[in-house]
Amino acid sequence: MNPHVIIDASYFAAAFLFIYGLKRMSSPVTARSGIVVAGWGMAVATLASFLYYFGVPAEVKPHLTVNIILAAVALAIGLAWAWRSGKTVPMTAMPQMVAIYNGLGGGAAALIAAVELLGAHANGYVELVVTIVGALIGSISFSGSVIAWAKLDGRINKTWRIKGQQVMNATVMLIALAIGAWIIFGMQGHAPALLVIGFFAAALVFGVLMTMPIGGADMPVVISLYNAFTGLAVGMEGFVLQNPALMIAGMVVGSAGTLLTLLMAKAMNRSVSNVIFSNFGVVGDEGQGEIKGSLKPAEAGDAAVQMRYASKVIIAPGYGLAVAQAQHKLYEFVKLLQEHGVEVKFAIHPVAGRMPGHMNVLLAEAGVPYDIIYDLEDINGEFATADVAVVVGANDTVNPAARTNKSSPIYGMPILNVDQAKQVYVIKRGQGKGYSGVENELFYKDNCNLVYGDAQKVMVAMIQAVKSLEG
Amino acid sequence: MDLTTSITGFVALYIFMLAAFTGYEIIGRVPAILHTPLMSGSNFVHGIVVVGAIYALMNATTPLEQGIGFVGVLFGAANAGGGYVVTERMLEMFKPTDKKKA
Repeated sequence: MNPHVIIDASYFAAAFLFIYGLKRMSSPVTARSGIVVAGWGMAVATLASFLYYFGVPAEVKPHLTVNIILAAVALAIGLAWAWRSGKTVPMTAMPQMVAIYNGLGGGAAALIAAVELLGAHANGYVELVVTIVGALIGSISFSGSVIAWAKLDGRINKTWRIKGQQVMNATVMLIALAIGAWIIFGMQGHAPALLVIGFFAAALVFGVLMTMPIGGADMPVVISLYNAFTGLAVGMEGFVLQNPALMIAGMVVGSAGTLLTLLMAKAMNRSVSNVIFSNFGVVGDEGQGEIKGSLKPAEAGDAAVQMRYASKVIIAPGYGLAVAQAQHKLYEFVKLLQEHGVEVKFAIHPVAGRMPGHMNVLLAEAGVPYDIIYDLEDINGEFATADVAVVVGANDTVNPAARTNKSSPIYGMPILNVDQAKQVYVIKRGQGKGYSGVENELFYKDNCNLVYGDAQKVMVAMIQAVKSLEG
Repeated sequence: MDLTTSITGFVALYIFMLAAFTGYEIIGRVPAILHTPLMSGSNFVHGIVVVGAIYALMNATTPLEQGIGFVGVLFGAANAGGGYVVTERMLEMFKPTDKKKA
């Protein structure tokens, strides 16, 4: 049988398995099987692509053995490295890991475009335009993701801003576009290597410039955006290569990623352009009003005993919980409360953790069942009926300033209404501010007490306090 | 038997349009708790780029093309492999209250 028929059939199977897998991934009950299904799609398509062996043009034949060996070696090294790093990365570092894998995908798409451009394979304006645009998007995704990874991993700490940055970014973008247009319309794709290199250099630099000024809390949105970028780039290069599997998979991810990006930005009450072009936290420092009330410390034991005799407790965890590696102890404490008939629920802010849903993953790691974990919209009405609300390692997501203080940089972001509970305990390491650098009015409220200390130690103290009641 | 056809112009647009709606529909109804695994899952899916990179490398005729193709396959494989492993690790942890399996 014609090997191309087998290849095409495998791509069809892969496209089906990807979509079916993603569909299964969209419900917590079937999610696990979804990734396995998609994985089979990938395996089938990758293996089938080696059948290109039988269909190469005559001039490639002398190089074919070397090419096959190179492909197998690259595949083996890439998979081995990814497997190892993926298995060992701690759950708290997941966002930057996703960023780096995503960046590599964008890089791969850009490299495919580079081969097409350097070999002048693409012909016709449509194909050239798609190649160039895909290359541009893929390159930005690559260098941008690397910067995003470095920032989240703590390798780049400064938010790098200079005057006239947007002018500079726009200039670099224009240079990339100009070279791209020149390659397409001036040279009909037969460009000298130096020009192609210049094009990629400009695109890569733009990715760096675009990502450098974006700070902390906005990073997840950016990673999601680059995820969508890589998808689009893959889809476009798929068109150039006449490969429907790449086209479909790339476009599905491109649109899904775009929607996910919009959802994330919406959850933070920021528009995507706002995230990319404005400098978070630069303004608003002066406008901060006076805060009434005082900080009232409390003992971990007292807080624990009050919760033991409460009927309803809602816990609002944040990234600080995971940093302190306290989620296991927290769940132990929760189970203890449940044994005493206390109704315990978890309230997750859309941007808790370092990306939306990250906190759910971290809680799942500790064994917390997903059906006692609630989203902001579902739980916010319940705080008023809760005896105790506990904030662990969260800050900005519970700051009432987002509701009232118009000059606050987080104004307008929906927050968890923990302040409506009868009693609020905030477990935090010290008197520092949150990720956004905004003072938190919640801590000064009359019904709020602060339990200072490392979250894990506080949890251990709480567990002991409840257990010692038993005598 | 020859089933191969080339994808040109409007056929490509149809494919892109339908795929875009598919992606939109799949993600549109997902609960927030799955956003991170899903982002990671879609990240895995575009790892299919490795197939394109293999094609490019197979058809390479110069050392430069071979070099670029090699790095392309390397990157693509890392995207696919890494995306799969972390997604699977995350999804494995999601369990309901009733621990029948455990």
